[in-house]
Order: sequence, then structure tokens, then C-alpha cells
Amino acid sequence: MDHPIKRDHARFRKIIKGKIRDSLRKYISKGEMPIPKGDGTYRIPMPSIDTPRFKFGERQQGGMGQGQGNPGDSVDQQPGQGEPQPGQGEAGQGEGNKELEVDLSLQELAQILGDELALPNIEPKGKKTMQSDTKKYTSIGTTGPDSLKHFKRSYREALKRQLASGTYDAKNPVIVPIRQDFRFRSSDTKTEFENAAVVIYMMDVSGSMGDEQKEIVRTESFWINLWLKSQYKDIEIRYIIHDATAKEVDEDTFFRTRESGGTLISSAFKLCKEIIAADYNSADWNIYPFHFSDGDNWSTDDTKLCLELLDKEILPHSNVFCYGQVESRYGSGQFYKDLNSHYGDKGEKVILSKIKNKDSILDSIKEFLGKGK
Amino acid sequence: MTSFRSHPITGELQKLREEIEGYAKGFGLDYYPVVFEVCDYDTINILASQGGFPSRYPHWRFGMEYDQMSKGYAYGMQKIYEMVINTDPCYAYLLNANHLVDQKTVMAHVFGHADFFKHNQWFRNTDRRTMDVMANHGTKIRRYMNRHGQDKVEAFIDRVLSLENLLDVAVLFETAELQRRRAELEQQATNEKETDFGDDRSKALKSFMRSKQRYEEKDSTKVSKEEPEEIRIISPVKTKFPCRDIMAFLMDHAPLQEWESDIVGILREEAYYFLPQRMTKIINEGWASYWHSTIMCQKALSPTEIIDFADHHSGVMAMSRKQINPYKIGIELFRDIEYRWNTGKFGKDYIECSDMHAKANWNKDVGLGREKIFQVRKTHNDITFIDEFFTQEFCERQQLFTYKYNPRTGRNEIESKDFKAIKAKLLEGLTNFGQPIIQIEDANYENRAELLLRHVHQGVDLDMNFASETLKNIFSLWKRPVNLVTMIDENQTVFIYDGKEMRTKGKT
Repeated sequence: MDHPIKRDHARFRKIIKGKIRDSLRKYISKGEMPIPKGDGTYRIPMPSIDTPRFKFGERQQGGMGQGQGNPGDSVDQQPGQGEPQPGQGEAGQGEGNKELEVDLSLQELAQILGDELALPNIEPKGKKTMQSDTKKYTSIGTTGPDSLKHFKRSYREALKRQLASGTYDAKNPVIVPIRQDFRFRSSDTKTEFENAAVVIYMMDVSGSMGDEQKEIVRTESFWINLWLKSQYKDIEIRYIIHDATAKEVDEDTFFRTRESGGTLISSAFKLCKEIIAADYNSADWNIYPFHFSDGDNWSTDDTKLCLELLDKEILPHSNVFCYGQVESRYGSGQFYKDLNSHYGDKGEKVILSKIKNKDSILDSIKEFLGKGK
Repeated sequence: MTSFRSHPITGELQKLREEIEGYAKGFGLDYYPVVFEVCDYDTINILASQGGFPSRYPHWRFGMEYDQMSKGYAYGMQKIYEMVINTDPCYAYLLNANHLVDQKTVMAHVFGHADFFKHNQWFRNTDRRTMDVMANHGTKIRRYMNRHGQDKVEAFIDRVLSLENLLDVAVLFETAELQRRRAELEQQATNEKETDFGDDRSKALKSFMRSKQRYEEKDSTKVSKEEPEEIRIISPVKTKFPCRDIMAFLMDHAPLQEWESDIVGILREEAYYFLPQRMTKIINEGWASYWHSTIMCQKALSPTEIIDFADHHSGVMAMSRKQINPYKIGIELFRDIEYRWNTGKFGKDYIECSDMHAKANWNKDVGLGREKIFQVRKTHNDITFIDEFFTQEFCERQQLFTYKYNPRTGRNEIESKDFKAIKAKLLEGLTNFGQPIIQIEDANYENRAELLLRHVHQGVDLDMNFASETLKNIFSLWKRPVNLVTMIDENQTVFIYDGKEMRTKGKT
């Protein structure tokens, strides 16, 4: 039997999940991101869930301490000097200022995002081609190691045998299983086919994209990844940066690089096309190209080239193409207009979104993922 | 309840216990029987998050405590060596993974606490069967949850917990005699049928009687199952103002349903149970530490254990430059008192002595130290303890100081080493067990059944974010506007919550 506190604990976790959902918008717009812990869970600094009480404000600051020194000397810890922990006494009644941190799994976090934005589940296209074998202990066998012994089933067999052979005494219901009665959990191999997906992020890193714009892209891509990861078992993520030329980079470089110079969006689209052609057969893969820029393109000729590339090469292979335009002081936003006039509302496979500032990240995520593609 | 998770000590630990107990008794410690149990860290985390009790009412905050305790332990941030609860018999828990020398220290420490619980006057009216009381509270609240729904009951508890620190320390001295007499009167009141209160019983009692009678009437008419959220008519309140026992006031006078006022009562009872412990942190820990140190150093330590003991003891006593440690202040004060009363450094002669040299070498060899500290542990709480025995010499010897944030340098800097300033700061933090004093001054404010609360301002403003949330919670119980008079930046301000919005007024 579990201790009743486990129920309190479950209750607590339910409450904080609710809290996180309530403050998700604020949380995302602040650009704070859950810290991945490596074991598939994420740590989230929690907004406090203190019980409100009458209490003193910042005690006009300051406190008391012990040690040598004269007025004016610093009492702050020198780096490298450990903070000694005062002892723990009997159950404390103190109200410490504990920073709450909560661990949530990817699934839980995605669920919260999904609930908040009312995101539909994605209906994958393509065949289920990624084969994966899983072993599950779903059946019962008559042989096996002791560690897999199924006690209930074993005793049931023994009871059956004793009833049948008449050795069962209702007044003294002792059941002794013998060798033949033992049952063991045994495994079945299940082959599952999964849908595979790839996300290709493209970002304009020309001079006009500042740190703030990149921060927005970073936050947004984190949550998009989170959602897609919860929808597909295997997912690959590729990153392309471009100014006048494009190159494929790793995640870290993607968010850090700052180039200057002109912008030829077509360069990124070309590279994207090549990646798809080389690695991802669109019959098997769900392909999600995302492009983020501030909307400036070098020339209208290049824009024409872009539309051509999109129409002929990228869109036929993709589930959906998403373009996020991050507002910047320097950008004209022309590319959005061009795409909009070309695809308009009928563009089933193209989703356009303008991201004004950090507050609108969540809305933009909804625009991208809200169609369930 | 605990049997499957913790078990009584046996074997070597039992032998150690007998040994330590022999020393403790030898020194004159006196306590209710102590039951030691051993448990693993998970169990001790569970117990600690439930205030030391194996069974509490269901509430998420225990789960939160548990979450933090478990993490703290898993990450090696904190470790609970020991836990002891104030009951008869006194239950103490040992962590099974501790080293033997730690177990010995903990036992000695526990006997110190147990002695303190039994003799300190602030504990004289605590219920020693609280283990059962807490379990019963759990049963009651679970029953309410079954009947009214967990979310509803839990939300109500959340609101009441907002008031958990609005207690009147004077209530601790409501003696058994007084309680009995009151119970008798209550009995009489329920037996009495008519509503004629033309006698000379106390005013508070009369209103209580009225509320009792209302229950009786309700019961007799067989309340329908789906009771509407009906609001009881508020009886004219006859409590003596100002009233600091705000939980009791709301329990008796707020228009609550029966289960709601019962829950207020339950939470109030638990809050008062923990109150003496909140008021005696320094002196209680000081006393227990004094005894574990004395017993271990003079009797129980074997030579091989000295380094470990010194290491752990100094860890527990460590003070940092940014925080004072109640264990350390407490143990040093007891040692200082013992020293002063042993050498006769007290009283008129000593204080009036103007010869610095004679004063420094004062030794009358009166040997009253032990006797004095036993007396001190009987009558003092933290605030009187500090007030009376925290002397200038002590303060200087301990190298204490106050510090403050200096915005120009961006550092916390030592502000003062002045004895008076330090003592004032210490006492300020201990006044009213470290909580702001809030009292009800009127329950029919402006003749509109509004509640008037006053924050007795003592130099520190309230945290207004918290205060306004708390006002909302009080409103949800009182169901009429709630006013709070306080000072903000030295200006008197009134905060009013009327169920819709929070308003402020300069001053009435």
C-alpha cells in the first residue's frame, strides 16, 4: 500500500500543471525555456504557489550575520566559498523562500501546450515505414526465470490442481504450488511501424535580424519541436542559415550566428530542396520546412525564384510549409506580402504568421500547428 | 499506521538508547517516555512533510513539502538527522542510514527536546495525544471530501490556510481549568432551549450558544441532501474587540456552513498546536543542542568518534555571514547563562560594579548555573529569552552584526555592530512569532456588517501583494467587505475588498 502522501503528491502535481497551463503565455513570452534534464524530463521554474498570508514585506532589507569585519565590509559570499548548511531540527514551521522547480516529462509538457492552444493531433501522411521492435511482457508461459514468476497465476494453478485432485481443504486453505503450477511472464515481440518526421528550420541571419528576433525564433522553435516530438516517435531536425548564401549548421550555430550582408531567400530554399531530395523520401517522411525571416529579400527576381522553388520543389513534398515573419526595425515585411498575394487563403499547404513580439509567440505557434498537419 | 514503514529500535541502538538515557536522567532531564523508531529516508521525508505526524488530512501542500524534501535529499542539499514530536509518549524518528555516532547525538538531542516539551510553560496546554487528534482530523476532512467533493473542500482549506498565522498567543494560556469551565457552560447552553440570554454569561459565550442552537434547529428539521449554498444569518457579534484570534472569530461568527466552520476549527486547533514550537525555536534548539553537546562530550563519546562528532556538530552550529542560526544562538546563550550564574556575574552588585578589572575577573563561585538554566527552560520563550539574556558582552563575543544592501556598491554590507541595533533587530524578528500582528477591531464597521482589521504597525510594512490576496480569502469566509488599516511608507492606508475589487483609501 502506498502512503497517503503519494496522493497528496499527485494532487500537488496536478495543481502545478494547471498553474503552468495558466501562466504558459506569460512564461513563453518571457522567453524562459524549460531546462532539459537528459532523462527525457524538463525542469520548469515554478511561479510560486504560496498560500497568501499577511506577512512582512521585504524586511526593509538586510539581516543579521556573524563574523569578523567592520561596517562597510561586504558580507556576500566570495566565489568558491561554500555556504554552510544550518542543521535541520524537528519538523520546521518556518516559511523559507524556496524556489520551486518542477520536473515534467515531454509528454506532459506537450499536453499542457496542446490543451492551452487546443491543438489538434497531427494526422500523419505517408506509410508507416519506420519499423521498431518492442518486447512487451503480455503473455504467460510455463517456463521462465524466477524473477519473472507470476505469483497470482501460479497460485491459481495450484488451487485448480488441488481442487481437482481433492487435496484442498476449505478449513485449512493452504495452497502449495509445485513445479508444474508455476507460471511466468513471457514476452511477445511486437513490430510497430511509426511515422517519421523531419523538421527543417531555415533562418535569415542577415544583419537586419537582431538578437531579439533570434530569441523569438529560438523560443518558438523550442515549443514547435516539443509538440512535434510528442506527435512523432522519431523526429529529425535540420537547420539552415542563410544570408546571400545558405549552409546547413548544427543547432547551436543556428541560434548564435550573426552574419551581415544581403539576403537571398532562394539560397535557403535551394538547400532545403537538396536536403529533401537527398535524405527524405516524401512518401515515407512527414516533412516540415519552417522559414523565419524579417521579410526582406534582395530583389523581386529572387522572390519569384523562391515562389517557383516552393511551388515546384518544396510544397509537393511537404506536409506544410510555415513562414514566420519576425518584426524587426529594419525589415520591410515585403516577403510576407508576396507570399500572401501568391498563396492567399487558399494556400492549404502554406501557413504564414507574423510575430510582432514575444507576446505573440504563442499565437503564432497556434497558427502553425493549429491545422493539425 | 507507521508500523510498516518504521519500526522500534532494537539491538545495538536499543543498548545505546539505554546508555544515553541513563546520562540524560543523571543530568536531571525529565520527560514523557520517548519512543524511538527507525525509518528510511523516504519515510522520514514523508513524516517531516506532514509536520512529524504519520497521518494528516489530505492536502496538496503536504505533497509539495514532500516533493521538495525528496529532492533536497536526492540532490544532497539537505538531510534530516532527527525528528521529534511533542506528544506523550514522545515519538522520535531516527534515519536508518545514519552513522552510530550520529544516532547517539540525535538521541541525546531528542531527550533535550522531550524535556523541553514537558516543562516549558508555553507547552503546558498542548494536547499530548495530538497524534490521534491529527488522525481524527484526517478522517473528518476525508469524510467531508466524500460528501462535498474533494475540490470544494480543498479549495476551502486553501482559503483557511491563509489565516493560519492570525493567532493570539495569549490563547495558549487558556488553562485546563478555564477550558473545563467553558465546556460546562457550553453544555448548559445547549441544554437550555429558550433564547433568553438575559443572564450574566460572557458575551462571546452567548453568541456561541446562539450558533450552537442554530445547528440544533437545523438538525431537527432534517436538512435536505443537496443543501443550497445558503448563508446563515449573522448573529449580532458580541466579541470583545480588538480580537486577535481571527480564526476563532470567523469560526463562530462568519456565515459558514457547518462543515466549513468545523474545518476552520480543525485548522485552528492544529495551528495552535504548532504555535509554541514557532515561539521557542531558539530556546528549544539551544536547550537540545546544549544537552547533546554536554552528554556527548562528557559521557557518551568514545575516542574514535570525536572527529565525526565534532564535524557534524560544527556543521549544525554553523553560522553564516548572512544568516543567524537558532541552534548556535541558543546553545551559546545557555552556556553563557550557566557561566554567569556559576561565577555570580548577575544581580545588583555585578551590574553596578564600575571597576572594569573586577568585573572582568568576577568570580563569586556561587555555582548556580545548572539550576538557572533549568529554570530558564521552564519559563522563557524566544523573545523573553533574548530580551533577558542577550547581553552586550555576549553580542560582542559572538561577533554579530546587522547588514544591509548598499545600492551604490551593489553588495550587502555590514551596517552596524552596535549592540542595541542588533538586539532590536533580533527582537523585531521574534515579536508575535515573527508574524505581523493583525486584529479585528469591528465586525459591524460603518454599521454595514463589514469587517475592520488593523495591522498593528511596528515599523515594517506588510507585503501588499500577499495581503490583498489574503483579504480576498477572508472576504470569501465573511461574505461582507473587509477593511484593513495599515501603514504604507509611513502613511496610514485602508485597503478595502468588497468582493469585486480592491480599493484603497488614504485614511478614515
